[in-house]
Amino acid sequence: MLLFLQEMSTMLFAILSSFIFALVLFFIGQQRFERFTWLASLLPLGLFIYFAQFIPAIANGDVIHFSTKWVPSLGINLDFQLDGLSLLFTLLITGIGSLVFIYSKEYLKENNKLLRFYCYLSVFMGAMLGLVTSNNIISMFVFWELTSISSFFLISFKNTDKESRKSALLALSITGLGGLSLLAFAVLAGQLTGTYTISEMLTNPELFAQGELSIFLLVFLLLAAFTKSAQFPFHFWLPGAMRAPTPVSTYLHSATMVKAGVYLLLRFSPHFSLNEYFGTILIIFGAITMLYAAVHTLFRTDLKGILAYSTIGALGIMVFLIGIGTAEAITAAIIFIMVHALYKASLFLVTGTIDYGAGTRDITRLAGLRKFMLPLSIAGLLAAISSAGIPPSVGFVGKDLIYESTLHAGLNAGLLTTIALVTNIFMVFAGFIVGVKPFIGKLPEHLSETEKPNFILWGPPILLALLGVVFGLFPGLLGNLFTDNIAAKLSGVEAPHLKLWHGFNFIFLLSLITIGAGLLLYVLWKPSKSKETFIQRFDVLAPKDLIILFGNLFSQLSIFLTRLFQNGYLRRYVMILLVILTVVLGIHIFINPRVFLNIEQIKSLDWNEIIICIIMFFAILFTVFSKSRLSAVAGLGIVGYAMCFIFVFYGAPDLAMTQFTIDTLTVILFVLVLYRLPKYLRMSNPTNRIRDGIIALTFGTFMSFIIVEIMNENPVKNVTEFYSENAYVLAKGKNIVNVILVDFRGFDTMIEIIVLSIAAIGVFALLKLYLKKHEK
Amino acid sequence: MKSIILSSASNYLLPLLLLFSVFVLLRGHYLPGGGFIGGLIASIAFILHAFANGLKKTRYLLRIHPGFLIPVGLTVAILSAVAPMIFADLPLLTGLWYPDEIPVIGKIGSALFFDTGVYLVVVGVSLTIIFTISETV
Repeated sequence: MLLFLQEMSTMLFAILSSFIFALVLFFIGQQRFERFTWLASLLPLGLFIYFAQFIPAIANGDVIHFSTKWVPSLGINLDFQLDGLSLLFTLLITGIGSLVFIYSKEYLKENNKLLRFYCYLSVFMGAMLGLVTSNNIISMFVFWELTSISSFFLISFKNTDKESRKSALLALSITGLGGLSLLAFAVLAGQLTGTYTISEMLTNPELFAQGELSIFLLVFLLLAAFTKSAQFPFHFWLPGAMRAPTPVSTYLHSATMVKAGVYLLLRFSPHFSLNEYFGTILIIFGAITMLYAAVHTLFRTDLKGILAYSTIGALGIMVFLIGIGTAEAITAAIIFIMVHALYKASLFLVTGTIDYGAGTRDITRLAGLRKFMLPLSIAGLLAAISSAGIPPSVGFVGKDLIYESTLHAGLNAGLLTTIALVTNIFMVFAGFIVGVKPFIGKLPEHLSETEKPNFILWGPPILLALLGVVFGLFPGLLGNLFTDNIAAKLSGVEAPHLKLWHGFNFIFLLSLITIGAGLLLYVLWKPSKSKETFIQRFDVLAPKDLIILFGNLFSQLSIFLTRLFQNGYLRRYVMILLVILTVVLGIHIFINPRVFLNIEQIKSLDWNEIIICIIMFFAILFTVFSKSRLSAVAGLGIVGYAMCFIFVFYGAPDLAMTQFTIDTLTVILFVLVLYRLPKYLRMSNPTNRIRDGIIALTFGTFMSFIIVEIMNENPVKNVTEFYSENAYVLAKGKNIVNVILVDFRGFDTMIEIIVLSIAAIGVFALLKLYLKKHEK
Repeated sequence: MKSIILSSASNYLLPLLLLFSVFVLLRGHYLPGGGFIGGLIASIAFILHAFANGLKKTRYLLRIHPGFLIPVGLTVAILSAVAPMIFADLPLLTGLWYPDEIPVIGKIGSALFFDTGVYLVVVGVSLTIIFTISETV
């Protein structure tokens, strides 16, 4: 353990610190924690500073490695790698994390589960950091799953609300499906390339492009990325996830977690660079998602609903850009990740504050709030400008790059540009409807008692929105630090340099069209309840309902199967097991009927063996036909002891001893329980007994056939030889059985004694802990 | 089920059987035996005593609740399993051996402690189950 600590890298410690923090919180207690909630935000802030120190080195093009052994025998290590892409994500996670940690303190001030909230949030942060820095695909998968699980708890944070729990479960099942698929990808890729280290897999990208298995690799990867990043047709969990408290939606469901899928695609885009389907599929799914989500933003009235769909649209754009795959497109994707995180987090926090102050998020009921929330309205406006891509925001730089990459995409440039244009117009609309509309116009009557938010509720969104403008004015800053480096590494070509102003050209014209059309849409289109009901009529065809329908059918099937096989009667379980085994054995015997009866072997039976067999035979008869429970148990005991003798004759003293003691205990147990039952009872009716008898006899007969057959095959000696040769050499023991138990298979034994303990606790709890009357 | 012969015999049998169970535990690495069988023998000894003298007396004799042995045994087993990781930087459950032989017991290694843990868990589990059932049914 001490050696382990010495080997631990600072990186591992940085990532584990979030988990440790979550554990420590438990010992602090809600009461004390409420007074010092602001201290919690020091954790993400500290991590932000820790990761920020790597900026100069990474900007130079260095890649920093950290490694700690975890399961070296399986090639699974805690390898961490910090390159431009990882650094960008870690800074987003910790930076936005710091603001969300501070913001939540005020937003959830009166919540009595604040402590739990911070626990989940820091676990999530740790998992996310681990995910984007892992260089080992298995540890990446572990962190990936942890983000899904912590997201589940955060969505269902208001756990008294049925809808919250339902949405959380839906999100978990969809992202869990993706997680499973990532595991499949990890194992397959690991087996194919012979390494689990992501950067080493890159040595032969041919494996990801050709061969029978490359298609599976692609499908598994895409399934994982699409479910996590809410791509069509798996997008529907994201609007549901908006049931979470707004800081959570800000952090998980817009700025960081949903981008994990995009991160995965970016990370593996060099691996799939030779695969011709990779780009095409991404473009198709990205485009569908973009358009689908963009249209949906028009029909929502809940601010968070609009933001959810515009987030899905933004994720679609990212996937689309990665699909195009040129250096320009990758740069555009990276810039857009950054831009989107800044303005969307800001918009979400604005929504949260509006909700906090005004008590509603319904856009049809919100107007004129600038009277109470002037600083917040500035944040909203700045974020909307960035979202619309109006200069001098960084959104403008991003939008330019998107058009540049679609225009240079080659064959379908016209089509791709049109799709991007349409989506962007809706994005302008969505940004303004959330960031501007609630603040302008005449203040309605019902909002006249709106609470004035304090600094903590408007500071973070304004800071994020301002950053959007700063980066817009100095795009070179981003370029030098991140994009040049990342895009060059991922696409293999030098990336374009970022500029705010490109001069009057076609791209500028497209930008003007986008902004103009978007603003026009904003002025003309008024969201209303009737429009929302209109779009809901199409829900029957939506993937969500189809998948839920499928899920319901599946659960009905499993209920049916459970009722059939697990009805709670032990005799039924035993019967099913025996019947299935009998059928399998029967098929085997009838396919190749061979009789291996060796008369010589029967003749060489000893008299004591024959006597034991006779005793067993009569004991069985006695058990079967006895009229009382106790004597039947005694009869079974005799069968068991007779079995011990057979073990003794054939040189298995350990088995014999175990069998002997276990049999004794079993008989005692039976006697203890059965002693209290009525003495005489007909245990089953004759038909059942005949049926059971037939099953038992057939099973016994088939089993004997198989055993005789096995005896006549040449037994595999490898295992036995290995143990008998190595028991003394490696484990210094002469009793092989015991050496296997405590050394070679010691881990099994350890798990077994744990299972035994659980069984004892179960028996104790079932029998001893009664419910008191009022608890029933 | 009171029988004078059985109850007086069990008073002598209990220590003998317990001694035998420890003997079985210790010889396990070289000759038939081991923690699992030893533990079962020990629990049979106590159950025999309970049969002859009543559960109350056995409980009094044991002083502690048998369930208490379960965590103790698990701790012993797990500690001996991780010992090689802590002291020698070897994988989990690697056998560590004291170089010299000790009279009567023979060579001592971490496997023996592991087996002792198994022994304790088995005694704890089987006594807990059987005592609970016989008390409540």
